[in-house]
Amino acid sequence: MSHELRGSSAIVGVGLAGCGEAPGRMPLDILAEATHNALDDAGLKLSDVDGLFTGSSYHFMPTLSTAEYLGIKPRFSDGSMVGGSSFVAHTLNAAMAIKNGLCEVALICYGSNQRTAGGKLATMSEQQIYEAPYKPRYPISSYALAAARHMHQYGTTREQMADVAVAARKWAQLNPAAFARDDLTRQDVLNARMVSDPLSLLDCCLVTDGGGAVIMVSSERAKDFPNKPVYMLGSGTAHWHRQITQMPDLATTAAVDSGKRAFEMAGLTKNDVDVVELYDAFTINTILFLEDLGFCAKGEGGAFVANGNIAPGGILPVNTNGGGLSCVHPGMYGIFILIEAIQQLRGGCGARQVENPEVALVHGNGGVLSSQVTTILGTEAVL
Amino acid sequence: MTSNNTKFAGPGPDQVYLDHLRQQNFSLPKCQACGEFHFFPRVVCPHCGSYDLKWQALSGKAEVYSTTTIRRKPERGGNYNVSLITLEEGPRLMSRVEGIDSELVKIGAKVCASINNDGDEPFVVFTPAQEV
Repeated sequence: MSHELRGSSAIVGVGLAGCGEAPGRMPLDILAEATHNALDDAGLKLSDVDGLFTGSSYHFMPTLSTAEYLGIKPRFSDGSMVGGSSFVAHTLNAAMAIKNGLCEVALICYGSNQRTAGGKLATMSEQQIYEAPYKPRYPISSYALAAARHMHQYGTTREQMADVAVAARKWAQLNPAAFARDDLTRQDVLNARMVSDPLSLLDCCLVTDGGGAVIMVSSERAKDFPNKPVYMLGSGTAHWHRQITQMPDLATTAAVDSGKRAFEMAGLTKNDVDVVELYDAFTINTILFLEDLGFCAKGEGGAFVANGNIAPGGILPVNTNGGGLSCVHPGMYGIFILIEAIQQLRGGCGARQVENPEVALVHGNGGVLSSQVTTILGTEAVL
Repeated sequence: MTSNNTKFAGPGPDQVYLDHLRQQNFSLPKCQACGEFHFFPRVVCPHCGSYDLKWQALSGKAEVYSTTTIRRKPERGGNYNVSLITLEEGPRLMSRVEGIDSELVKIGAKVCASINNDGDEPFVVFTPAQEV
């Protein structure tokens, strides 16, 4: 018997706003515009929203500030904060709330002005007192330590990591909304200024502004909306550490568990997945998550991503919007992988459209490879 | 209601750790139930859940688990090392390897702990182990 949450809710609206640069706007201005666009997409009004799911690097009590700004009085709110993976985790919590009648129209939303507000990573994170004396750069040094360890254990090369950035750029070149669309070669990535070895500037995600919003309702209602519904088939979360020193093995993430849980709920395997949207804050992420989610064996991620295998026309379409590396990355990126997966399943993504996808895997990452959240979405054909 | 449990009496583990370092003593809590050390210091063993812990001095022998060079302009102090170090006793901590160019620090290299007293508070750093 399948899990009661499998296919119980569906996404009927998505919206983006301010992606790239949105000068003179506050994070909630951008969030509200994305929300407008998602509601418009679904043919709903703000007054229809009775469930709110959001996270923020700017507002200590994000559901309160967001509902106040939007002028809504949600029946159910969830501000679970697991960094950039929060919005992917919200799909599971929203599905639970909808299934249990706690809300009918769930809004998952985010907005950030990180780029035009100065380009620094906004964070309310507490200082890690046992790391502070050594002045690691947050968060890149943690990812660099993981990359160095993966290279040591499995022979992964900088060239293979560079190919992740090149593949992302090739997808971005097919996406008119992507921020970075200039030609990019493996050599460009290798020659870029080193920031925290072995990661160069071009192994790192963009710093942009942007916001996104997603509307979820019960599957019973989903067909009453103008767009083809995208069903939540499975979702799983996992976390094994907060600080990088506490990560048991720097070359294996808790995506091993989140992925297994999501696939189990969905009753699917990796062979059913047509398109993959992963949180690529750094090039090593894509390699780690493809391994840990089972798309290739542990240690073979470097070879798997190399030579255009995850680029347009490759063996597996990964990060089809151009990813955090080339499309958009305003502080926390989770909402954008969700939206790209939904748009791919609906069809109509133009030059970057994957051919008739029925199942999309979305994988969010938060902290320093700390929070791992996997959500599997599908069309009516796989319900 | 205040607990009368003597296990929790006195300063907390962060304070005890720092007090030890101030006395030039690098110690960590060792679980009396499972025998494992842990870092960062807590009031509960993260390996087995026991609250029966006892501070014990460490050998200072360790190995580089991973390493990165953080690039910084020379006028701002130049490049510097950040490493994850696995102690002989098991726990892993963030630190840096001194006395060698950061880019020459290798994963798997043997290192020795010392206490750096140059800052406001002491902290543990590592230097390459002498070949015997």
